[in-house]
Amino acid sequence: MTRGVIAMLVFFVLCNTGGEIAMSYGVKQVGEPQSFRPMALLRFVWAAARNRWLWVAIPMLAASFYSLLILFSWAPVSVVIPASASNYIVGTFGAKYLLKEDVSLKRWLGVILVSVGVVLVLFTLKSGQISQ
Amino acid sequence: MVLVMVVCANTGDLMLARGMKQIGHVVISVPGLRHALWMTIQSASIWIGILFLIGFTLSYMTAVSWADYSYVMPAGAFGYAIQTMLAIVVLHEAVSPKRWIGVALICAGVLLVGQTKPNTTNVAVLPS
Repeated sequence: MTRGVIAMLVFFVLCNTGGEIAMSYGVKQVGEPQSFRPMALLRFVWAAARNRWLWVAIPMLAASFYSLLILFSWAPVSVVIPASASNYIVGTFGAKYLLKEDVSLKRWLGVILVSVGVVLVLFTLKSGQISQ
Repeated sequence: MVLVMVVCANTGDLMLARGMKQIGHVVISVPGLRHALWMTIQSASIWIGILFLIGFTLSYMTAVSWADYSYVMPAGAFGYAIQTMLAIVVLHEAVSPKRWIGVALICAGVLLVGQTKPNTTNVAVLPS
């Protein structure tokens, strides 16, 4: 069952990070609203609704939310929430290789610390703490 | 506003977790997932959790519009430790010293990641 928790965690992280990257890409293409007047906001929403990346992002973020709920039903909160920080690991790789962003050395160090922390937290997950 | 943000995020996650513990183990099959979806729609705890998470999003957006991201972000990093503490106090979970070390490393890592400049690319060159 621990493998099931890890598999669901991987699914959650991939959907969440993929969804956020697609959302980020889509929002950058749409641009900021010109002002906060109703017509400008409507134009922004209309432009966002026609952006295909946002239609990729929404189902992925919905799937990530649902998989988080499933994880809550399986494993303790003190494992699920810290382990969900894996988003930073996948997100940094996504930012570097998909969005072509510059990633600083400090950020890579942070990613290494998060990775070690997540592995340590998952190692403490005993089969008795997982719902059957 | 940062306090509202922290309270909303932690309460939201706790309510979601409480709701899912009440629903019970979700079975990965079409009927199992359909049943779980129906139960989550009917769960008051889940809806309260969602409302708190909407409150978190709104307070986070307000906080970053009022203050520097570098001031707001550590609250998010320490959220992992606060959530673990709340899991012990509210949900009576057992947390070993090893898990605490893992949580501390995650907090430190997230703090480092958050110290990166928020904008490093030219958004005007993105292809459609």
